[in-house]
Amino acid sequence: MSNKKNWPLWEIFIRSRQGLHHKHVGSLHAPDAEMAINNARDVYTRRQEGISIWVVESTAITASAPEDGAALYDPANDKVYRHPTFYDLPDEVGHM
Amino acid sequence: MKQQEVLFQYLLRLGDTNLILGHRLSELCGHGPVLEEDIALTNIALDLIGQSRILLSYAAKAEGQGRTEDDLAYLRDVGQFRNLLLAEVPNGDFAVTICRLFLYSAYTCELLTLLCDSKDEYLAGYAAKALKEATYHLRHSTNWMVRLGDGTAESHHRLQTALNRLWMYIPELFDGDAIDVQLQETGIAPDPNVLKEKWNTRVNAVLAEATLNRPPDQWMGKGGRDGIHTEHLGFILAELQYLQRAYPGNQW
Amino acid sequence: MDIGILEKGFQQHVDAEKKIEAKDWMPEKYRNTLIRQISQHAHSEVVGMLPEANWITRAPSLRRKVALLAKVQDEAGHGLYLYSAAETLGAERADLVEALNDGSAKYSSIFNYPTLTWADIGAIGWLVDGAAIINQVMLQRTSYGPYSRAMIRICKEESFHQRQGYEMMLTLCNGSPEQKAMAQDALNRWWWPSLMMFGPTDKDSPNSALSMKWKIKRKSNDELRQDFVDNSVPQAKILGITIPDPDLKWNEERGHYDFGTIDWEEFYNVIKGNGPCNRQRVEARKTAWEKGRWVRDAAVAYADKKKNKEKDAA
Repeated sequence: MSNKKNWPLWEIFIRSRQGLHHKHVGSLHAPDAEMAINNARDVYTRRQEGISIWVVESTAITASAPEDGAALYDPANDKVYRHPTFYDLPDEVGHM
Repeated sequence: MKQQEVLFQYLLRLGDTNLILGHRLSELCGHGPVLEEDIALTNIALDLIGQSRILLSYAAKAEGQGRTEDDLAYLRDVGQFRNLLLAEVPNGDFAVTICRLFLYSAYTCELLTLLCDSKDEYLAGYAAKALKEATYHLRHSTNWMVRLGDGTAESHHRLQTALNRLWMYIPELFDGDAIDVQLQETGIAPDPNVLKEKWNTRVNAVLAEATLNRPPDQWMGKGGRDGIHTEHLGFILAELQYLQRAYPGNQW
Repeated sequence: MDIGILEKGFQQHVDAEKKIEAKDWMPEKYRNTLIRQISQHAHSEVVGMLPEANWITRAPSLRRKVALLAKVQDEAGHGLYLYSAAETLGAERADLVEALNDGSAKYSSIFNYPTLTWADIGAIGWLVDGAAIINQVMLQRTSYGPYSRAMIRICKEESFHQRQGYEMMLTLCNGSPEQKAMAQDALNRWWWPSLMMFGPTDKDSPNSALSMKWKIKRKSNDELRQDFVDNSVPQAKILGITIPDPDLKWNEERGHYDFGTIDWEEFYNVIKGNGPCNRQRVEARKTAWEKGRWVRDAAVAYADKKKNKEKDAA
């Protein structure tokens, strides 16, 4: 680790067009949030990739641990009744 | 002077300034203080050179002698360039680079706002597009002015020094001449003097936020719009025009 | 958990063509190999800006100037994406940059050659970007997720780079005799260094086997080099200039072009720091970084001041 006063890392989220979610596109360094927005604009929207930017300091993000994956996500695997195909309807009902 | 010639000269003033400032900023590509800023300054250089291409193409058309944007950029000598001297000044340190960009963008934002109402439709269309770019240049440079001015003692000192050095080139921005008068009368371009008040308000506010002192106004002699340049322009053109001069008439 | 079991699980995951993500368990050597490779790749992008940036102010038309400027800027962006990918592995960009500046980090040897004429800019776009693309297309499928995603974005953006270089070469080759000679001269100087970009031959590349096993790399140096030669020969033909290799000829049996022996002594010397421009390149990066220090510090000082003010106000 460096002991110098480095610019913090920011995670960048971009909405590519109206109606879509912001999506993580990468990260960059900036001294503060305002400059992070500028930098994100210059780095990640050079080819009309976005119309809205979120910046979040990387250290502010809490992530789930990969080793918890089995406990967190596998239990959803057998809940077939949450999906429409679980329910049998006669064809004459049409699209529902 | 005929209207056509007046318009030609005016377009050269705008186009040459953007070309030369774009050239200066493009010198920094690969040498920025941090990658993010390298990319930002190059975006601005691309905007400015893009603007100059539109203006020089239109100038060539207004002149009506079949010249192209490249003929104007590559085959005129120092005395025929009409850019503001502010654009020629070497980049110096990052403080000079940013301070110049700020002072210039504050000016172009006001100018382009008024040019949006130009009776010359092409120029009005250009201004509407360029204003968006200039607004970002002003935002980016303002952000830096405040951070450098109110950052460390060293950055404050460097920025104040830069401001003091560049200040002598400011009067030229607002110094109207016969060309401006004629274009003003026909509703094509504004009186540069009317930009001054708004520019002052904007610049004073940023200087205050950046804890900088406004230098005293200075007298300035004839300048770039009359073809009287600094010693720097010759070197810029020597580089810019090198291939076209060394291999006349070739396509690249 | 037992490290052997972890390693086995990791390899199964990789073998199943599943990506490894930043927080997943990975062998330390996988992590370190990636940090080294990704940061070298990032350094190559950033140092690679310099030989081309040399010609931005001298580009012979405004159209060429904006294209070159945009291209060199892309390289800064690509360096940035790659440093970011390395940072997901726990490296810090500032440390990686310091390693580049003090000469301890490596980058692609090609950028230690000088750009002497405008045709060199065309040749770099055509050959150097062409070689880079072959490598990068492969790396889109690399096993490490953030690296793979960075490469996908980079490949998308770089699609114009080789085209702009080749178009430049075409214009020169269809231009005056002087221009065509300029193009031939550039090909003469850039051809062999371009072949060296793929690294040592497979038999002299001891780390490659592990990288292939971990699917960091998907093709060997020699395979990639052969792809490049096979692509380039017809392109040179269209330009009407000659690749400077008397041994270059089509091998019907192999279905590939045979080519001459690379001067490995030159390659290893340039890697070691003795290329024509090694010193200038590192010096230029170092100067930019050091000249920028007060700027970066000022921005941090301002941010700290502002945070304190907000705290006081609260």
